[in-house]
Amino acid sequence: MTPPFAGEGAAVPVAGCRERPVMRERGQREVFCGLTGIVWLHRKIQDAFFLVIGSRTCAHLMQSAAGVMIFAEPRFATAVMEERDLAGLADANDELDAAVARLLERRPDIKMLFLVGSCPSEVIKLDLSRAAARLSDRHAPAVRILSYSGSGIETTFTQGEDRCLAALVPELPRVDNAPPQLLIVGALADVVEDQFARLFAAMGLDTVCFLPPRRAGDLPAVGPNTRFLLAQPFLADAAKALEARGAAHIAAPFPLGAEGTTLWLKAAAQAFGVDPMCFRAATAAPEARAKRALAPLEASLAGRRVFFFPDSQLEIPLARMLSRELGARLVEVGTPYLHRQHLAEELALLPEGTVLSEGQDVDRQLDRVRAAAPDITVCGLGLANPLEAEGLTTKWSIELLFTPIQGYEQAGDLAALFARPLDRQTRLRV
Amino acid sequence: MQLTVWTYEGPPHVGAMRVATAMEGVHYVLHAPQGDTYADLLFTMIERRDKRPPVTYTTFEARDLGKDTAELFQATLIAAHERFKPQAMLVGSSCTAELIQDDPGGLARATDLPIPVIPLELPSYQRKENWGAAETFYQIVRTLAGSPRGKAMADRADRDRRPLCNLLGPTALGFRHRDDVAEITKLLGEIGVDVGVVAPLGAAPDDIARLGDADFNVVLYPEIAGVAAKWLKRTFGQDFTTTVPIGVGATRDFIAEVGRLAGGAVTDAAGRISPSNLPWFSRSVDSNYLTGKRVFVFGDATHALAAARVATEEFGFTLCGLGTYSREFARDMRAAAAQHGLEAVISDDYLDVEASIAEAQPELVLGTQMERHIAKRLGIACAVISAPVHVQDYPARYSPQMGFEGANVLWDSWVHPLVMGLEEHLLGMFRDDFEFHDGARPSHLGAGARVEPAPEMAVRASESSSAVTAVAEAAAPIALGWGSDAEEELRKIPFFVRGKARRNTEQFALERGLAEITVETLYDAKAHFSR
Repeated sequence: MTPPFAGEGAAVPVAGCRERPVMRERGQREVFCGLTGIVWLHRKIQDAFFLVIGSRTCAHLMQSAAGVMIFAEPRFATAVMEERDLAGLADANDELDAAVARLLERRPDIKMLFLVGSCPSEVIKLDLSRAAARLSDRHAPAVRILSYSGSGIETTFTQGEDRCLAALVPELPRVDNAPPQLLIVGALADVVEDQFARLFAAMGLDTVCFLPPRRAGDLPAVGPNTRFLLAQPFLADAAKALEARGAAHIAAPFPLGAEGTTLWLKAAAQAFGVDPMCFRAATAAPEARAKRALAPLEASLAGRRVFFFPDSQLEIPLARMLSRELGARLVEVGTPYLHRQHLAEELALLPEGTVLSEGQDVDRQLDRVRAAAPDITVCGLGLANPLEAEGLTTKWSIELLFTPIQGYEQAGDLAALFARPLDRQTRLRV
Repeated sequence: MQLTVWTYEGPPHVGAMRVATAMEGVHYVLHAPQGDTYADLLFTMIERRDKRPPVTYTTFEARDLGKDTAELFQATLIAAHERFKPQAMLVGSSCTAELIQDDPGGLARATDLPIPVIPLELPSYQRKENWGAAETFYQIVRTLAGSPRGKAMADRADRDRRPLCNLLGPTALGFRHRDDVAEITKLLGEIGVDVGVVAPLGAAPDDIARLGDADFNVVLYPEIAGVAAKWLKRTFGQDFTTTVPIGVGATRDFIAEVGRLAGGAVTDAAGRISPSNLPWFSRSVDSNYLTGKRVFVFGDATHALAAARVATEEFGFTLCGLGTYSREFARDMRAAAAQHGLEAVISDDYLDVEASIAEAQPELVLGTQMERHIAKRLGIACAVISAPVHVQDYPARYSPQMGFEGANVLWDSWVHPLVMGLEEHLLGMFRDDFEFHDGARPSHLGAGARVEPAPEMAVRASESSSAVTAVAEAAAPIALGWGSDAEEELRKIPFFVRGKARRNTEQFALERGLAEITVETLYDAKAHFSR
C-alpha cells in the first residue's frame, strides 16, 4: 500500500498463527451450487433479471432453495434445455435468443439481464459470454446483458455471488483522477448498507459506493484511486477483477459482531487517514450498543461447543465472532473454500488450535460430529433435521445468508440466531 | 428451450430418489455434480424426514472432468456399499452426468459388488420426476421380484385363506401417501383382504421378492406403479386395480373391483366398514349453496381425475376447468374433460394454467401448490389436492385422501376455503357494507382482505394472455359504452362472475347494435343468457 493510504492491515491484532494446519477433505459435498445466490441477488439489484441456462434440475433447485416459492413473480427464470437443444449448438443459441426475446418482451422493466451458466451448459460448452455480447448488441441500450457461471462444477453456493459481481466489474465506469474513493463489495441487506453509509459519513467518508448497487444504472465508478473493502468473505474473483481495474483491497476482518464491525470500519478509516478521534466518535456509541445487545446472549452461548459444516464461507468469521465475543468453543470449523489472503485477519483472531477443515466428505464429517456431540451444529438444510433427530441441536446455515447479520445493530440478532435453538431445547418438554 | 419459473415436477432422478428414500435397505449412488445434493432437503425439510435420503452423490467438479470421473464413480460406489451395507443398490446419472456419458451401470457391473445393483437410465432432457419414479420402481421390481409363488400358493391354498394383495405406488414426498396406505390397508382388512407387501414405501428388497405371493395388486398411484403393475400382470399373472379410491363413489367402485379380483371372496362389508360422512353432509340442507359452484381442477392425473368426479358427483359443483401436468395421462384427461363439455388443460407451464384459470373464472380451485398461489393472486378460494407439495401438505394429523375417511378429509378441506352459504347471501344482498364488501375474506378464515392481483400482473397479463387481461380489466374502470348507472349495477355482481357478466352484456349490446349499455341492457342480457 502506498501513501496516502496508510496502515493496511495494521488494525488487526497479531494473535494466533496465520499458517494454521487445515484438514483438506474430498468426497461428497452437501452444499448448494452457485445458482442459489440468485435467490438473494435478484432482490438486491431491483431491475436485474437472472436467466439460468440449465436443466430441469436447475429450475427445481431454484424453486426448492427459495424454500417457499416467491410468487410475486421472481426476477429469475430457467431456460430449460431439452433433447433437441443438445443435438446441435447452433440450435441452442437460436433457442436462447428466442427465450431472451420472449422474456424481455414480457418484462420491459428489466434493465440488466444475467445469463447464468449451469453444469449442463458448461459441459456442452455453450458460450454464454459470446451469447451475452450478441444479445447485448440486439437489445442495447434498453438492456445490458452479462453472463457468469453459477454451475456446481465450478462454484459452491456463495461463489455464485462472487462470479456475478466479477461479471459486473468490467461494466463499472472508469475514473482516473478522482479523489480516493471507498467501495464496499458484497451484497448486504439494504438496512445494513444504510447503516454503514451513515457510519462512514460520520467519519467524513461520505461518498462511499456499494457493489452490487440497488439499481443496474447506479454502477459505481472504479479506478486507481478506488480502495475496496470486502463485506463478504467469499469474493475472491470479484476482488481480483477489481484489482485488475487498479483498485486496491483493504485487508480487514469481516463486519460480524461488535469487534468485527469495528475492525472492519477501522481498516477503511485508516486507509483513508481518518482521524482516530473522529473514528471513535463515530463508532463508540453503536459499538457500545452492540456489546449491550450481545451481553445477555453470552450467558446462553459461553462455553458452548460449536461445529460448523462447510456452507457459505462465512464460517470462519462467524466462528471468530462466536468464540471471541460470546465465549463459545470451536470444535471444528468447516469451510467449502479457504481464501487464505482474504481470511488472514480472521484466521489470526481464531483461538490457538482451532480445527479447520476445507472441502468436504460429508459422511466422514458426520462421523466426527457424532463423536464430538457439540452443543450446536451449524449445517445446511439437508442435514439439519436428521441431526436434530439424532439429538444434536442445529442452526440452519442458510438463515445466515437470508438475514441481516452484519454491522453493529445486527450483532445481537446474529448471536440470537445461535442462541434460539438452545433456548428452544430448554423450553420443550415433549 | 423452455422458459420456466416454477416446475410441477423435478428431474427424473428426483423421482428415483423418492422411490429409494421410501424403501429400506436400498442405497442410490448418483453420478452428479456438486449442488445436486439440494434434493436432500426436499425430504428432510418439506417432508420433515428424520433421516438423510439413502443417496450418495459423486459431486464431481470441473477439475474432475479433465481426469477420471468414471473412477470417481466407482470409488464412490464402493465406499457407499461399505458404509451403508445396503441389500440392493441403484446407480444412475443426473442431468449433467448424463452428458459426460460415464455409464454408471457398466461401471457398477465392473466393480462386481456382492449385492444386486440396478442401473437406472433416466433421460433428464426428455422425462420428469413421476416418470423417473415409475421407471425406478419398475426396474426394482423386475430385478428383485423373484418368482411367482402366488399362483402356486393359491392353488394349494385351503378354502379359508383370505385373499392377499400388494399395495403399489406410495413413495416418499408423495401427497398424503403414508395416510392413504393406512386407510386402504384398514379398508381392505374390513372387507377381508390382507395386504402382503406395500411398495415402494417401507419395502425392503426382501419384500419386493415377496410380491409374487399376492393374488393381485392394488395400484394406488398409477403414475408411479402403473408400469410395474403391468409387468407383474404379464409376468406373474397378477391382476391389478384400476380404480383409485378417492371419494365415496370411487371407494365403493374400488371395493367392488377388489371383490372381483379376489374372486368374490370379499365378505359382505355392510356392518364393518366405517362409512363416510360425506353423503349426508352433502345432502344436508345447508349444503345447498354448494350447488353449481364453478370449480377448476388441476393436478397430477390421479388426483385431478378423482377430484373431477368427486366435485361433480359428491359436492354438486360444476366443473369449469380440468387439467393435468402429467402428459403421460393426457388421453384419459381429455376424455374426462370431454364428459363435462370441457377441453382439458394439458400443460406443465404454470403461466398457461394461470391463464386458463383466469379465463374460466372459477369460485374454487382444486390444484397444487402452484394453483394455490395462482388462486391467491386472483382472489379465488383454493384447496390443494395434489403434488407438487409444500411443508403444509404434511399435516401432523391423520389426513388421507383415499377411502371413506379420505372422503371426510376432502369434504372438510374443500368446503373450508369457501364463503359459507348464509354469509354468501348476505354478501350478495348488502354488497356495499363496509365489512361485507367484495374484498372481504370468508369470516371464518379470520380478518384480512383478499389478496389483490399484484400490479405487475397487469403488465404480465397483457403479454402472456388475453384471458388474464379480461380479468384484470373486470376490476378496472369500465370502458366506453357503459352508462354510469349500469356500471354501478355491474359492480354489485359478485366479483368472480363480473367479468363474464360484462362480456355477455357487451356481446348482447353489440349484437343488437345498442350504443349505450344501461341498467336495462344489463338485465336484458342476464335474462337472455340465463335461458
